[in-house]
Amino acid sequence: MNKYTEDDLKKELETQEYEYGFYTDIESDTFPKGLNEDIVRAISKKKNEPEWMTEWRLDAFKIWKEMEEPDWANVNYPKPNFQEIAYYSAPKSVDPNKTLDDVDPDLLAMYKKLGISVDEQKKMNNIAMDIVVDSVSVATTFKETLAEKGILFMPISEAIQEHPELVKKYMGTIVPKTDNFYAVLNSAVFTDGSFCYIPKGVKCPMELSTYFRINEGGTGQFERTLLIADEGSYVSYLEGCTAPARDENQLHAAVVELIAMDDAEIKYSTVQNWFPGDKDGKGGVFNFVTKRGICHNNSKISWTQVETGSAVTWKYPSCILKGDNSVGEFYSIAVTNNFQQADTGTKMIHLGKNTKSTIISKGISAGKSQNSYRGLVQIGARAENARNFSQCDSLLMGNKCGAHTFPYIESKNKSAQIEHEATTSKIGEDQLFYCNQRGIDTEKAIALIVNGFSKDVLNKLPMEFAVEAQKLLEISLEGSVG
Amino acid sequence: MLEIKNLHAGIEDKGILKGINLKVNAGEVHAIMGPNGSGKSTLSEVVAGNESFEVTEGDVILDNESVLELSPDERAHKGVFMSFQYPVEIPGVSTTNFMKTAINEKRKANGMEELPAKDMLKMIREKSALLEMDRKFLSRSLNEGFSGGEKKRNEIFQMAMLEPKLAILDETDSGLDIDALKIVANGVNKLKSEDNAVIVITHYQRLLDYIVPDFVHVLYDGKIVKSGGKELAHELEEKGYDWVKNL
Repeated sequence: MNKYTEDDLKKELETQEYEYGFYTDIESDTFPKGLNEDIVRAISKKKNEPEWMTEWRLDAFKIWKEMEEPDWANVNYPKPNFQEIAYYSAPKSVDPNKTLDDVDPDLLAMYKKLGISVDEQKKMNNIAMDIVVDSVSVATTFKETLAEKGILFMPISEAIQEHPELVKKYMGTIVPKTDNFYAVLNSAVFTDGSFCYIPKGVKCPMELSTYFRINEGGTGQFERTLLIADEGSYVSYLEGCTAPARDENQLHAAVVELIAMDDAEIKYSTVQNWFPGDKDGKGGVFNFVTKRGICHNNSKISWTQVETGSAVTWKYPSCILKGDNSVGEFYSIAVTNNFQQADTGTKMIHLGKNTKSTIISKGISAGKSQNSYRGLVQIGARAENARNFSQCDSLLMGNKCGAHTFPYIESKNKSAQIEHEATTSKIGEDQLFYCNQRGIDTEKAIALIVNGFSKDVLNKLPMEFAVEAQKLLEISLEGSVG
Repeated sequence: MLEIKNLHAGIEDKGILKGINLKVNAGEVHAIMGPNGSGKSTLSEVVAGNESFEVTEGDVILDNESVLELSPDERAHKGVFMSFQYPVEIPGVSTTNFMKTAINEKRKANGMEELPAKDMLKMIREKSALLEMDRKFLSRSLNEGFSGGEKKRNEIFQMAMLEPKLAILDETDSGLDIDALKIVANGVNKLKSEDNAVIVITHYQRLLDYIVPDFVHVLYDGKIVKSGGKELAHELEEKGYDWVKNL
């Protein structure tokens, strides 16, 4: 990153004119859209990355070129033209010592609208946060407070510079660079994201939080998050996402890797509110995300997600329960309205003995949207006494939306106990009339019913965000019953 | 308080109410009886504003104002309450939370502040005691897994909480055993005042032993065919509904 003063950033953010920046590596007359080896090198160079990282990216790119975009998900969308996307976009430059006070007020207003105000967070003083705008991390707070405990929390680009041994050791071990089309693409072109390391035995004293935002049109966002909880440590991590309304579709292909060492616990919560497209289905973010965590002995990973945004969501936060007695959890609320499509769920791969997993999925479909749950529960041959409980509930509003459930169960061990429950219900006229009769108008009644339906999952969110998530559900479903 | 004038209403071209006239004053209890299919439930739903029914003629006037153009929630804000024959379930929403929302929505509509939590709690204690309810019920999901009797008792609890001006009890007695019936009736009687009115809709005379009406009306084929005092209920019980068919 080149040098840059705070004033420059302030001015830049005020005028909102972020520049697509490629400097010397690409011919000056080339518009920085499209993807080839030079672009991959350029990104790496721009980030001032060591050789091994550049090679890693190039490897991934070679693999990606041979891959085809998957089409097994229950979603329909025009395939993105990967040559029409700019793979790097940033505020002209960024001073890593920036504080939140310097962040664009509009941007902060956006977070506020999402219900998660930075001001509030600063006041609460217990949330450290990293903000990623387009491709670059603009502000990380509480770095020092965390450093006292030996916790590392920083943009991944910084971690590559400062802690290459950790990044090299863990990156790509959970989601390998050969994994799937979007993950491999991410491996080649990821621009930023968060890195977090919790040392042995440390309980992280505050929520760690990252905000992602796509700002520029015609750009993709490819962030990469790597979170390592060393033996006996604990961390709760929250990510939020927003994007402004745009006519064209924007691509978001992130990778998140979690590593829970022996006796560690990671709680990972997501509030995803990418632009869902307008009422006629125009625009919106394509959200193709690979999230996976590995649990070593006696450890636990808990994924909680509230997915209300994006035109198309393709996302399966998963747990590899490698260690004995490890626990994986997945709590999800996915709301689709208008023309949104979501195909989301989880994979619980039981490898260790006495491993346990719980899946609670709540899908809410309104408008003409399609909402699918897709989940895999796999019990390996050596996973004695593995247990899984899955519950998938769907709530339909109106007659034009769809809810689908695709559960896959594979068990290679006879001692496994697997339970699956599923329900589908509809917000009935009778329920609405009942609420109306008690003086609760229809909009409020829907919010009440939806919140009741989602309660089991909302309760899993960190307290500060549960209320905000509730509001978000209400906003997402506004006007969904005519 | 309530005046129903020549009310015609139906569902999808099918006429159900065929000219109802009824006047209810504050402080009165009216009973509406009639055989199945006579339009009893339709009458209560139309007064409450259920939009599934279409009013084709006539008017419903509350406190000298037509309410036909008002939505069900607006009517509720004006003090109309209906105890449902089949109360719906709302999973994940506790009765307490539901009541809190309902009361505050009503207060908001009437330009009042939200009820402080302390007062709400006090009110919940009082009213649940009135209906001899186990308060554990109130933290359970609304009506989910409740027995028929528990649901009905919960309806009257809600009535007690909302303190309506006009309460319409649609077959509140169905599904109640005699003990529950007494408790529910006792609750209704205690809530009765000079300022409010109750319309009891029932198939059987039984409930009227406990909630004694000032007037009884017999509904048949969408019309009130006979009105009288409380003795009319006994007459009906004796002679059966075939009697009214020939009136």
